[in-house]
Amino acid sequence: MSSVEHIKEGRSRPSFPLSLLPLVFGRATPGAGSPAILALLMLPGLIIVAAFFAIPMALVAMRVADGPDGLATYFVILTNERYLASLIQTLVMSGGVTVTALILCGICGLFLVRNRFAGRNVITALLTLPLSFPGTVVGFMVIMLAGRQGVIGSVTDALWGEKIVFAYEITGLFVGYLYFSIPRVILAVMASAEKLDPQLEEAARSLGAPTWRVVKDVILPGLMPGLVSSGAICFATAMGAFGTAFTLATDIDVLPMVIYTEFTRNANIAVAAALSIALGAMTWAVLAAVRVFVGNGATSGTGGGA
Amino acid sequence: MRRDWKFYSQLGLTIVLCLFIVVPVVMSALAGVTVNVFKGLSSGLTLRWVFEVWDLYAQSILLSLGIAMACLVVTLLAGVPLAYVLVRRPSRMMRLFEELLTLPVAIPGLALALALLITYGGVSGYRSSWLFILTGHVLFTLPFMVRSVAAVMAAMDMKMLEEGAASLGAGFWRRFFGVIVPNAKPGILAGALMVVTLSIGEFNLTWMLHTPLTKTLPVGLADAYASMRLEIGSAYTLIFFVLIMPLLIAMQALADRGKRASRRIDTAEDTL
Repeated sequence: MSSVEHIKEGRSRPSFPLSLLPLVFGRATPGAGSPAILALLMLPGLIIVAAFFAIPMALVAMRVADGPDGLATYFVILTNERYLASLIQTLVMSGGVTVTALILCGICGLFLVRNRFAGRNVITALLTLPLSFPGTVVGFMVIMLAGRQGVIGSVTDALWGEKIVFAYEITGLFVGYLYFSIPRVILAVMASAEKLDPQLEEAARSLGAPTWRVVKDVILPGLMPGLVSSGAICFATAMGAFGTAFTLATDIDVLPMVIYTEFTRNANIAVAAALSIALGAMTWAVLAAVRVFVGNGATSGTGGGA
Repeated sequence: MRRDWKFYSQLGLTIVLCLFIVVPVVMSALAGVTVNVFKGLSSGLTLRWVFEVWDLYAQSILLSLGIAMACLVVTLLAGVPLAYVLVRRPSRMMRLFEELLTLPVAIPGLALALALLITYGGVSGYRSSWLFILTGHVLFTLPFMVRSVAAVMAAMDMKMLEEGAASLGAGFWRRFFGVIVPNAKPGILAGALMVVTLSIGEFNLTWMLHTPLTKTLPVGLADAYASMRLEIGSAYTLIFFVLIMPLLIAMQALADRGKRASRRIDTAEDTL
């Protein structure tokens, strides 16, 4: 196909590297640029990804394998008691944040799509406010809420004469990740809720289905793709986030904090690299699994930050 | 619609969630302009802390804006052509490349920063310049630009547009800059806003990549939270809010316009 085209355009057969181009770019379609032009268009992006991502990642992976413990370093996350404990703590907290955010945003997102009332648009805009706050700012918001000078502390102090402060521990981190996740999940829920067909619900009700059955059999399946994909992003972000924990306290033992201390304070580069590759592989696997489960494009557009 | 206890309990929960988001923002904004936070608002309002932050951190704030602009230029130059190729010539190899391109979003910034440090940490002129931070920001934001532009390109009938332009005698570059790029403008604009917002707020990577001479806005923030009085941290946060808010509002407006446009198309198709 491509060689026919070249003859038609009055060109000789391309030399070896150029003859590979149609293989990379698929079949020629009329109107698009020639393979050489397409290659040129791709070049800047290709160079960036290769030189600053693919090659450094490969070098790090090799560096770990060349280290004192070789490939076994990758499993240190499972064999070392401290790392394993931190992995479990990180997994449990990220899972907890994800489930909490999904339940809260599921209810509120559906409510905001289904009802029209004064102030609805303002509430929606406010709920998506922290969308691009960096993790450090989210941490500061938690301090404002539950720190030594925070609202919760002042209110409980006034009510019971006892200041409740939980910003500088794992509970504070949980609150911070929830703060960060709400905008993402609520946007996803609202997008899927707008596509739900109210007639299906009407039909289920008119057939005598009780509310819980309508929710379980009609609403939840409709929202599922949005819930699953935003939940995955929520989970992945919570697993890898660093700024919030860094602002709240440096002794919260979540995995990114452990990696940071190994690298900076203990200069244990091989272990830090192995841990971060393991963490990266886990978050990537969660996102990839979800993409296979709900179809391509589900995990695009959101993410980043924290 | 009937308004029963279910309506009001859901409304209540929504309002509580909304307060959870808004109260700390308002509190920190107020603390940034209060004379003494420990005494409360009654101590009076002042802009003193804001000016003090500017004196202390103007350089990091300006550096962040500079890096965000440079990041925008690089992601535009690399991302728009890349999106075109990905949409125009989908193949298995392309999909693999797209996966590789998006990976820096999925894996933690810490891992990415470690890889960059281990590979390029020894190149001293590069390691100590702001270009090192720019590299991280480009890796992290490029996928957002490509996705945003590709989504718009996939929705338009590029084949027909290009064939039309070609039949009128337009060469490839003429078609690319005269037809493709103008038609992809909404995607480019949305991607650009996203890239600038993400770059200004990026911390995970930047904290590892920065040097004492290349501190960005969020790095300065972390520094202020850790070592300055609460009013300074709050005033700095306030400056960040003021910087980021117009970007967020523009993004929201753009998304709304896109939604309305697609709804118009839907109704037009319904009436046909």
